Amino acid sequence: MSQMLLLGDEALAQGALDAGLSGCYAYPGTPSTEIMEYVQASAEAAGRGVHRQWSANEKSAMEEAIGMSYAGRRAMACMKHVGLNVAADGFVNSAVTGTHGGLLVAVADDPSMHSSQNEQDSRFYAGFAMVPCLEPASQQEAYDMARYGFDLSEAERVPVLLRLTTRLAHSRANVSRRPPRAPNAAGLPGDRRRYVLLPAIARENYAGLVARQDAFLQASENSPFHALSEGTDRSLGIVACGIAYNYLMEVYGTPEACPHPVLKMCQYPVPRTLLATLVESCERVLVLEEGAPMLEQMLHGPLGPRPQVLGRLSGHLPRTGELTPGAVAVALGLRPPPAPRPEEPLLRQRPPRLCEGCPHIFSYRALLEVIGDVGPGRVFGDIGCYTLGALPPFDAIDSCVDMGASISMAKGAADAGLAPAVAVIGDSTFTHSGLTPLLDAIWENANITVFILDNDTTGMTGGQDSVGKGKLEQICTGLGVPRDHVRVIVPSARNHEENVRVLREEICGHDGVSVVIARRECIQTLRRRSRAG
Amino acid sequence: MTNDIILAGVGGQGILTIAAIVGRAAMERGLNVKQSEVHGMAQRGGAVVAHLRLSTETIYSDLIAEGAADVVLGIEPMEALRQAPCLGPRGVLLANTEPIRNIPDYPDAEALVRRLRTLPRSVVLDAGAMAKEAGSSRAMNMVMLGALSPYLGVGEEDLRGTIVRAFAAKGDEVVQTNLRAFAAGKAAATRTW
Repeated sequence: MSQMLLLGDEALAQGALDAGLSGCYAYPGTPSTEIMEYVQASAEAAGRGVHRQWSANEKSAMEEAIGMSYAGRRAMACMKHVGLNVAADGFVNSAVTGTHGGLLVAVADDPSMHSSQNEQDSRFYAGFAMVPCLEPASQQEAYDMARYGFDLSEAERVPVLLRLTTRLAHSRANVSRRPPRAPNAAGLPGDRRRYVLLPAIARENYAGLVARQDAFLQASENSPFHALSEGTDRSLGIVACGIAYNYLMEVYGTPEACPHPVLKMCQYPVPRTLLATLVESCERVLVLEEGAPMLEQMLHGPLGPRPQVLGRLSGHLPRTGELTPGAVAVALGLRPPPAPRPEEPLLRQRPPRLCEGCPHIFSYRALLEVIGDVGPGRVFGDIGCYTLGALPPFDAIDSCVDMGASISMAKGAADAGLAPAVAVIGDSTFTHSGLTPLLDAIWENANITVFILDNDTTGMTGGQDSVGKGKLEQICTGLGVPRDHVRVIVPSARNHEENVRVLREEICGHDGVSVVIARRECIQTLRRRSRAG
Repeated sequence: MTNDIILAGVGGQGILTIAAIVGRAAMERGLNVKQSEVHGMAQRGGAVVAHLRLSTETIYSDLIAEGAADVVLGIEPMEALRQAPCLGPRGVLLANTEPIRNIPDYPDAEALVRRLRTLPRSVVLDAGAMAKEAGSSRAMNMVMLGALSPYLGVGEEDLRGTIVRAFAAKGDEVVQTNLRAFAAGKAAATRTW
């Protein structure tokens, strides 16, 4: 089959399509967005009617995928690492129900937090839910693991977590395709009671999941993605997980040039026999992991640290952030720690910023004027492009914690007496996780104003459709916000005075829940539309 | 043969267009390619870096090792300067002089250009002006691609072919403008060297 130049995200998507995918379910989030976008752009996916619409959030995406798996077809739920927190309820319990059609949960972690709030490592989630986890070392493996993961899921009746990290998700490489195979026919699971997690059934299922751990371990021991290589210098053995293997190979140039035994580890549960072979034959072990020191911690054990285990915890590698070829070379003692770069007086920081002409700029200018009246420290922000409003020249928001938290935190702060409190949230984030906290606020008539920055898209991830499109007023009044206190403004320089007046009325002049919707299309999607004619 | 190229610029400048054209041409030539990109928050007008690696051998790392780049291609002068320390001992710095002043404390642009010229093996060119002369200031990236071309293990014809295909949908005039910009960039880099 032909070679393609694909991002890790795209390789996984093409692999899933070629493995008979019937439904892709996702909410956009860097670095996972391009998985769904690839499926959406695929002519093959369109041709055979693969489901490929964005979901309202990761939880609904996960559960829709579980539903498709229940109905016998192969489904994939895709999200960024923190999205798995949102989807965790369905994810963990899908391990207890088990699967019917193959179920892949593709999660892209973001170590170094290029575009995220933390660098949590999704491998922990796989262990927590007691399901197998795959961690590709290359784009080709991301492609191959889609089929392998579906097969494993169907053979063991368990969801399989496939973990990507930023550098693989967002790096292109040559990928060879395999002949595609047909999707499953729809059909009910033979024992549908297992999907009813009443305590009596759940207990039985859970015992079954526990009993199958040995089978998952066996599958990992026999995984085609691990590789154990002999080495002559047994003073050190190296375990390299996922793309960490690439950095090790980069340092030595070729597998043969590395004098130490190496275990390339790409599937979990941890392959105990393979690992023991390496650990027991070497004096010390260096663990290379992208993300958290998960395996390293296991090797130290609860009574550690053990001096023969080297890695992020021992200080041989940086405790946080992505690995690099240089960091691995330093850990191996092949290169001195980098000297600080000489001062370059002409360099300046250039942080990301709101685009020229972005409607959020005018929303923040109007908001800041009103906040000047009521005092600082009461604007709760959320996740999206508008989080950049925390930076100069705006300094307009006081928090950014997780999707939807602007509204819930504003309510909590108002409960504590910080009223009026303001939540700033985008349209897509609002429908992702803003509706339930707004219901809380309405129930208690909290003195908050929710400022919805409606740019008609999911902007930060590149302009994906948002499921609340054209329905925000209806949603707010339907939830119970008084009709008079759902106001719509158009954020622009020309409307500044009018916008300040509306915001002032709702923030300062109304004791209760109000919503102000600032509606104007994202400048990026607008440009793209006008270019397309 | 291995080419390790760091592309530096500001989000929205289109460094991925350059990377994609080189990557595609290299793959069609049968080379192995790895091309690491920047998405999301980092793209919004901030400093961005992409790593592009081409080789006849297996490429392992998606990232170029620190201090090992063959070329730093900076399509913005301050970003070129920021990435210059990534160059290996024989690495070449290709830098555009046209600044993107989207920060309040942008340094003196002439001082920047002077500083870039003092760096070893640097080629400093006004790609914006050259693109305009070729027919459109939007072809600036193709000037930079032309400047990069002598340092690549990908033939000029392969690159030109990929440019033609990349812009074919926009009409022959756009294709010709971009090819002229490419030729101008190549001539400038060769001449300066």
